[in-house]
Amino acid sequence: MASDICGSTEMSATVPASDSEPVGPEKVVLQAQHVTREFPRPSGEPQVVLDDIDFAIAEGEIVGLLGRSGCGKSTLLRIVAGLVSATSGAMLFRGRAIQEPTKGIAMVFQTFALFPWLTVLQNVQAGLDAQQVPEPEARRRALGAIDLIGLNGFEDAYPRELSGGMRQRVGFARALVVDPELLLMDEPFSALDVLTAETLRSDLVDLWSERKLAIHAILMVTHNIEEAVFMCDRILVMSSNPGHISAEIAVPLPHPRDRLAPAFRQIVDDIYSRMTAGIAPAHGSKHAESAVSLSTWLPAISPTRIAGLTETLETSPFSGSADLSALSARLRLNAGGLLRVAEVTQMLGFVELRDGTLHLTAAGRALAAAGIGRRNRLFAEHLLRAVPLAAYIRRVLEDRPGHQAPRSRFLAELEDHLDPHDAEHTLTAVIGWGRYADIFSYDHKHRLFSLGKPP
Amino acid sequence: MQITNGPGAWLRPTRFAIAWDMLAGFLVFGVFVALALGSVGTFAPLASVTTTPLSLDPARLPYYAVRTVLRMLAAMAASLLFTFTYGTLAAKSRRAEPVLIPLLDILQSVPVLGYLSFTVVFFISLFPGRALGAEFAAVFAIFTSQAWNMAFSFYQALRTVPHDLDEACSAFRFSIWQRFWRLEVPFAMPGLVWNMMMSMSGGWFFVVASEAITVSDRTITLPGIGSYVALAIARQDLGAIGWAILAMTMVIIVYDQLLFRPLVVWADSFRFEQTARQVPHSWFLQVLRQSRLVHAATWPGFVAMRWLFRARVLNVGPSRGHRHAVSLFIDIAWYAAVLAALLWTANIIIRFVASELHWADVATVFRLGAYTLLRVMILIMVASIVWVPVGVLIGLRPKLAERIQPLAQFLAAFPANLLFPIFVLLIVRWHLNPDIWLSPLMILGTQWYILFNVIAGVTAYPTDFLEAAAVFHFHGWQWWSKAVLPGIFPYFVTGAITASGGAWNASIVAEVASWGATTLSAHGLGAYIAQTTAAGDYPRIVLGIAVMSLFVILFNRLLWRPLYAYGERHLRLD
Repeated sequence: MASDICGSTEMSATVPASDSEPVGPEKVVLQAQHVTREFPRPSGEPQVVLDDIDFAIAEGEIVGLLGRSGCGKSTLLRIVAGLVSATSGAMLFRGRAIQEPTKGIAMVFQTFALFPWLTVLQNVQAGLDAQQVPEPEARRRALGAIDLIGLNGFEDAYPRELSGGMRQRVGFARALVVDPELLLMDEPFSALDVLTAETLRSDLVDLWSERKLAIHAILMVTHNIEEAVFMCDRILVMSSNPGHISAEIAVPLPHPRDRLAPAFRQIVDDIYSRMTAGIAPAHGSKHAESAVSLSTWLPAISPTRIAGLTETLETSPFSGSADLSALSARLRLNAGGLLRVAEVTQMLGFVELRDGTLHLTAAGRALAAAGIGRRNRLFAEHLLRAVPLAAYIRRVLEDRPGHQAPRSRFLAELEDHLDPHDAEHTLTAVIGWGRYADIFSYDHKHRLFSLGKPP
Repeated sequence: MQITNGPGAWLRPTRFAIAWDMLAGFLVFGVFVALALGSVGTFAPLASVTTTPLSLDPARLPYYAVRTVLRMLAAMAASLLFTFTYGTLAAKSRRAEPVLIPLLDILQSVPVLGYLSFTVVFFISLFPGRALGAEFAAVFAIFTSQAWNMAFSFYQALRTVPHDLDEACSAFRFSIWQRFWRLEVPFAMPGLVWNMMMSMSGGWFFVVASEAITVSDRTITLPGIGSYVALAIARQDLGAIGWAILAMTMVIIVYDQLLFRPLVVWADSFRFEQTARQVPHSWFLQVLRQSRLVHAATWPGFVAMRWLFRARVLNVGPSRGHRHAVSLFIDIAWYAAVLAALLWTANIIIRFVASELHWADVATVFRLGAYTLLRVMILIMVASIVWVPVGVLIGLRPKLAERIQPLAQFLAAFPANLLFPIFVLLIVRWHLNPDIWLSPLMILGTQWYILFNVIAGVTAYPTDFLEAAAVFHFHGWQWWSKAVLPGIFPYFVTGAITASGGAWNASIVAEVASWGATTLSAHGLGAYIAQTTAAGDYPRIVLGIAVMSLFVILFNRLLWRPLYAYGERHLRLD
């Protein structure tokens, strides 16, 4: 459907920061200069979460940070908010380095982060109290913000009396009332149901395009491609290991945008293929993810979802291959979630990702068609071949006289390369797969791996 | 609350406003007058305490009750102050934490009644010739029975403040002061109020025990319900004991209705969970909230609170932790100072105790400790065998549970030492063995914690599981062991920890009991501490307390903690 749109390639072309229309220094709201963030690791070598991030945000822009979970986009946003500091490089707000939470920057949280013991009015006013705005003025401004965001009549309600959408409106009112120049949004719609999120997005875009907000620029983090294309003027696509900006995409469509318009779909499809480019094994850039090793971080994706993906792909209307955006619409999964399942399924050799399209492999077809017992055996075969950690655990158990090994043994080895939280997560993922494949069993009570069934 | 409640809001007429005002005014001023009357005696010279004999006239009891309540209130205020400072320091200071938290753990295990003798001497010397010294000693005893768990709960709340709210506070640039009042205190409030209630329940026991104390040669009697009972025991007046029990019952009911019920309802608004649920009810809070007079009277308070939240004087931003060489130097100096203080204290204790004691004393105390340990273990087992099934059966009937729960809480709050004389009377009359029959007194007051924790556990137990058990025909032991007991295990352990801690403490009062001239005593560490206290034998008191603390700590570390951790790990219901 994208091919019949002329000029679409220019529209969604990659625009390096230096090539975008020149902005004077007074127009730049935020500038990241070689921002790097590292976390220490027990093995000594620090883990690089953000690597050499460079970008700028100008007046009047809505910029999206788009990427899968774990690519460092939330950390980047927290550096802008002054909640986390950069290891090296500088984050400049109006030319001054951000060292701590700064006046002029406000934030909307994914979890709303409202004080449950304060009323809507008190929640909104809290930020003004912190700035010592005189009481009458604070109250007047808070009531104004509540009115603007459509919460009139809810001033005395407590957050727990409100629906999720209304709570996030309070979150917006609280951020808007301090008159920030830059508004940060951390996946503000991802905790809401689809309908509520859509209403809130449109309301925010309307307020923004009607110039009813005093804000000069917005930076939002999202893993939802359509959301980014719907709201943003420019999208920075982030990839992981280490987190870096892999592409910059302009969205030159006027607001309000039509999700079904071919130009809109074209950009969405383009971003899908860019985001999957990082997964494709053939990719040669220095940031491409290397082959799975013993200490690769693994997401805990349930084997039933992997099997489910192959089954969906096998049946009509896909019959063997599917466009990612079409698949995400059909499965009602967001792009991040779908990509993660797809990535693991590809790692196990059941699908292949090429240019934003998923193709079922022969093994994948067999998996989809197999009955319960055969499915587990097929999964085991691929698991032992594709995931070195699973094969390693199996080998250790076979070599040991009692065919048992404590969990701590493998965890300690993983922690040499991953931070404790990731190590834990990876081992949990492999335990889930190994149990399904029946290549080992695991006793949670005694934290013990073993071969064979419990007595 | 309404958004327009300005200073003039109370002038607007509301329905029944006059009635609410009168009711509220009557109650509030009644409490004020009672407290004022009670506090007059507090500042009297010591001579008046020792020369004005206590009277067993029931008409004097209301006055004595007010005096007892005043001590409780003073101790609670002190405990709150301690909680906010100690808990905050422990949670916020990297250096203070490793010292303060183990210290709190130890303090929690030291039997309160054991060191009453020291504190009485200390406080009387602080206010020579005034009753205030003895009052302080009593208040201090109650304080030490209340403060530790409150400080712990506050510390734990501060450590578990939700990350997103913490970030929101930083992002909106709250000062430390604003963060404390807007985030930390409200977040800690429900847990703190619950712990205040538990502390208060335990406190009645100690206030009664600490009002009439004999230290070496002198007996100090402060007017109060506790000393009234002591006198009744000395005069073998069963009628007076009946009056005292009645008075205590009234006091606890009033306290619950006028203080804790409103506090619990109020604290419910600080619950962190975002879901709506059945809100508890308090008629007194209702009256206060409906009354315009109370609104008017508390308006300056609200204004002051709002000013506090915004106060510029205290507007310090949170410091960002930069570690330098200087910081490292301070670290070393700090830990060196802590170590020095530790060695110095150890030296003093050893010198003091070793001056008069021999290894034989230590052996005796350990043997007695083993007796008391045996008692505590058997009692907890017996209480569990009785109360767990009862609790489960009550918990499965929500209507009944609703009615029984306040009763169990009342029984836990009721100072069991008021009932001791009745038991002693029976033991004397039937010539029973004190080593066995004095023991139940230890658990008389604390067994209820097992009951109401089990009831709470069953109430929280998901009905799905019960239905599943019914569908698959779980019967008899299988029903108990596979379905119910694992589900309530963490609740049971919580109750049993509290009950056993209380039993250790109560042993000091329960292992020695008297009726008139008859004194019964069991063999145990509690009796040892009680007897050495009466004799003013300080080195042996210290030895007794130290060994009891050791037993309690080991008991907790080796039995309860692992059990609790096991329950947390394997028997969670999520």
